[in-house]
Amino acid sequence: MIAVAYTQGAVVFATSALLILIGALGVISVRNPVHAALCLIMTLFGVAVAFVAQSADFLAAVQIIVYAGAIVVLFLFVIMFLGVDSREHVHFEPLVGQRAFAGVGVALTVAGLITLMARSHWVTGAVSVSSKLSNGSGNVKELGTAVFTTYLFAFEATSALLVIAVVGAVLLARRERSTTSEEVSQ
Amino acid sequence: MNNVPAAWYLVLAALLFGIGAFGFLTHRSALIMFMCIELMLNAVNLTFVTFARTLSDISGQAIVFFVMVVAAAEVTVGLGIVVSVFRRRSSTSVDELSEMKG
Amino acid sequence: MAHVATLILLLPLGGFLFLLVNGRNTTERQIGVVGTGAVAGSFVLAIITFVLLLHHATREVTVNLFSWISVGSLHVPAALLVDPLSITMCLFVTGISALIHLYSTGYMHGEKDFRKFFLYLNLFVFSMLLLVLANNLVLTFVGWEGVGLCSYWLVSYYFDRDSAASAGKKAFIYNRIGDVGMLIAMFLLFSRLHTLNYLSIFSRAGTLSPTIATLTVLALLLAATGKSAQIPLFNWLPDAMEGPTPVSALIHAATMVTAGVYLLVRMSPVLALSSSGRMTIAVIGGVTAFVAATIATSQKDIKKVLAFSTISQIGYMVLAVGVGAYSAAIFLMISHAFFKALLFLGSGSVIHSLNGEQDMRKMGGLAKYLPLTFPTFLIGWLTISGIPPFAGFWSKGDVLTNVFEHNKPLWVLGVATAILTGYYMSRLFVLTFRGTERFREETHGHDPHESPWVMTMPLVVLAALSILGGLLDLPWVHHDSLAGFLTPTFGYVAAGGQASTLAQYGLAAVDVAAAIIGLLAAFTIWRDISSSTKYEIPFLEHVWHWDDAYDAVIGRPLTQAAQFSDDVIEPRVIDGAITGVAVSVRRSGEGLRKVQSGFVRHYALATVLGLAVVLVYLVARVA
Repeated sequence: MIAVAYTQGAVVFATSALLILIGALGVISVRNPVHAALCLIMTLFGVAVAFVAQSADFLAAVQIIVYAGAIVVLFLFVIMFLGVDSREHVHFEPLVGQRAFAGVGVALTVAGLITLMARSHWVTGAVSVSSKLSNGSGNVKELGTAVFTTYLFAFEATSALLVIAVVGAVLLARRERSTTSEEVSQ
Repeated sequence: MNNVPAAWYLVLAALLFGIGAFGFLTHRSALIMFMCIELMLNAVNLTFVTFARTLSDISGQAIVFFVMVVAAAEVTVGLGIVVSVFRRRSSTSVDELSEMKG
Repeated sequence: MAHVATLILLLPLGGFLFLLVNGRNTTERQIGVVGTGAVAGSFVLAIITFVLLLHHATREVTVNLFSWISVGSLHVPAALLVDPLSITMCLFVTGISALIHLYSTGYMHGEKDFRKFFLYLNLFVFSMLLLVLANNLVLTFVGWEGVGLCSYWLVSYYFDRDSAASAGKKAFIYNRIGDVGMLIAMFLLFSRLHTLNYLSIFSRAGTLSPTIATLTVLALLLAATGKSAQIPLFNWLPDAMEGPTPVSALIHAATMVTAGVYLLVRMSPVLALSSSGRMTIAVIGGVTAFVAATIATSQKDIKKVLAFSTISQIGYMVLAVGVGAYSAAIFLMISHAFFKALLFLGSGSVIHSLNGEQDMRKMGGLAKYLPLTFPTFLIGWLTISGIPPFAGFWSKGDVLTNVFEHNKPLWVLGVATAILTGYYMSRLFVLTFRGTERFREETHGHDPHESPWVMTMPLVVLAALSILGGLLDLPWVHHDSLAGFLTPTFGYVAAGGQASTLAQYGLAAVDVAAAIIGLLAAFTIWRDISSSTKYEIPFLEHVWHWDDAYDAVIGRPLTQAAQFSDDVIEPRVIDGAITGVAVSVRRSGEGLRKVQSGFVRHYALATVLGLAVVLVYLVARVA
């Protein structure tokens, strides 16, 4: 039973890992920004799968709805609107040494993170019995309780933040009141 | 389904973060850079959720909730900035915005 | 007696302050009365103090004025020591000063800075009295510096004349070099004896090691050569003749230049501990006397002859101190004050009558025009040459007798100097008062006039003193006279005057013979001529090129070093360091500025690299 569960978990993990990594690599290497946005969606799906596997159902749903559904759509909208869906020169790097240093820095960061994770002590994959996190589905109740009681202030603050963001976006995207209005052709 | 060692997910998150960071540093287009930021944020979210599972604490998921809200707000405003910058310069390359130099 | 003694000191100070404050609306007569009156009052008080001291139980009275310095183990009170030596000095200083003040009211008549003159002169008398009456080295040093300062002011009295201004500076600087000697002596004495009071020093002096004693003596000698114009610091005195003649008479003949000798005599218990120190003193004195006398033979300016004569006579005094004949030195000091002041004031009278002419080639035949100046000057001339029975014969004879007892070579030098003294003074006398009249041009055909009574009366008084001065210390009544009075203050008295009567008569005869040889030589050579290249040797006239030597060895290298500092060190090293700091700051700033490239991706890269470093550190800690 446990072996089966184990295998199931491994399959799920493999799926999510594949989706995530291929998507991420796609984002950074494809030339067309629209294709990059689509790869981003793939990554987000992979993350949602990982969320479900870790008993974060609500978050998985929110991930799909908000991230993949709204944010990426927003990205695509802006890409189309600005008309930058043509190719970008990715191979030419004007800043000297940027790629090399970036590679070194990122490699060190990832290696450091992984080493820290490997060396530190923490709980293994077994689930505790008396915990706030319930097994399988049914996490929404705990999450709701936490957000609306323990983290209420943060909740209210983020709602204010959203309002501010909307106002800011409107202000930024406003055209100036000039006689010539810019028409961006597709 | 949850018996996969948490370490695997954490390594996955670290790799995702690394890929996102590398992409952020090497691309010039503002839009691609934003997408890489989203990759990094997702890596962080994955880490939080993994730890919420291992430590059996709902706070990790609550944090992810808020991170998503903030990410949405940030993308909104950020893309608004990109649009207004593009109006002036007809280019989304961030290398062009280099007047604040010493 | 304490009050009287304090008043001696305070009267000239009061005169100075009064003249300082009431400058604008006092007449010449008022200034003259205040200035002269203050010093004359001091003289009267000095006489009273002298009489009181004679009848006092002890011959050493300390008058404490106030506690001045009290730091750690250094206690320096502002106190006076009234003892035979200091009261003797007070008497002749105040007496001669009073006469010269009186003389100055006539000589300086009509000068635009009349008040300033008397102001400085009174301050000078105060400083000199402080010097001789102090009971410790520090207070003496205050007076020492004070007289140097007043000398500077008075020498450059005609400050708009370049030569006078630089002469004042020269005097001050040479004095200053000597002052280093006095400071070193004070440091040495204090470090070993922990006191600077004379009486305490004398009682503890025996504990000094020979080396320290010798060093102290040499340091004191350096101070004395500076103040008293001996070798090697004598060059300032001839230049100081730029000052008005009363100044030359008072400061550079009778009082300030004797301060060095006074210091050495006062410190006689310390001198007693170092025979090599005393030998050095004697040699310096003897050599200076001789060298100065040779230079005086070839000078053309009347005041310069007298200046070198002063250096020479003080050389005699220093020589006497060196062989331990302290009372002889003081005796010569007193009689020298009489006749040198007389000679200077007389020459001032001559200069005054010729409207300021000082060159002897333009004098001559003045005897019949100056009926009071001529005879008094004659007496002065005979006295300094050493003709009996005037004061010079007795005092110089006393010195030479004592030198003969101790050091024959120096005695020979002293006799040679006596011959030269007779020679150059007679040359001066002949060129000025006898011979043909060469001054008609200067006086525009008029006859020279005698000076007013305020100028001639001091001459008469000083002439009388020169005649009678020998009575102070006649050889056959030593113990009842000056020597006996002074001896208790000296730590070591040479076995002087122990020569047999025959030897004394012989030496006296030698002295007279030397004087007469000099006189005759001068009369023979200079009766008919007024200048001569054969007898006025340029080497001697240029002070043995001593000034030029100092200039070449000290003056010019120091100027070059200063110039080098100004040209090289100042702009390159000092300015360079400061501007170098500024420049390096600016350059590093310009270098660091390039980090701010303006590219967002550079900044992001920096962030990531920083993050990498932090993670590496954490890994290292965990590992």
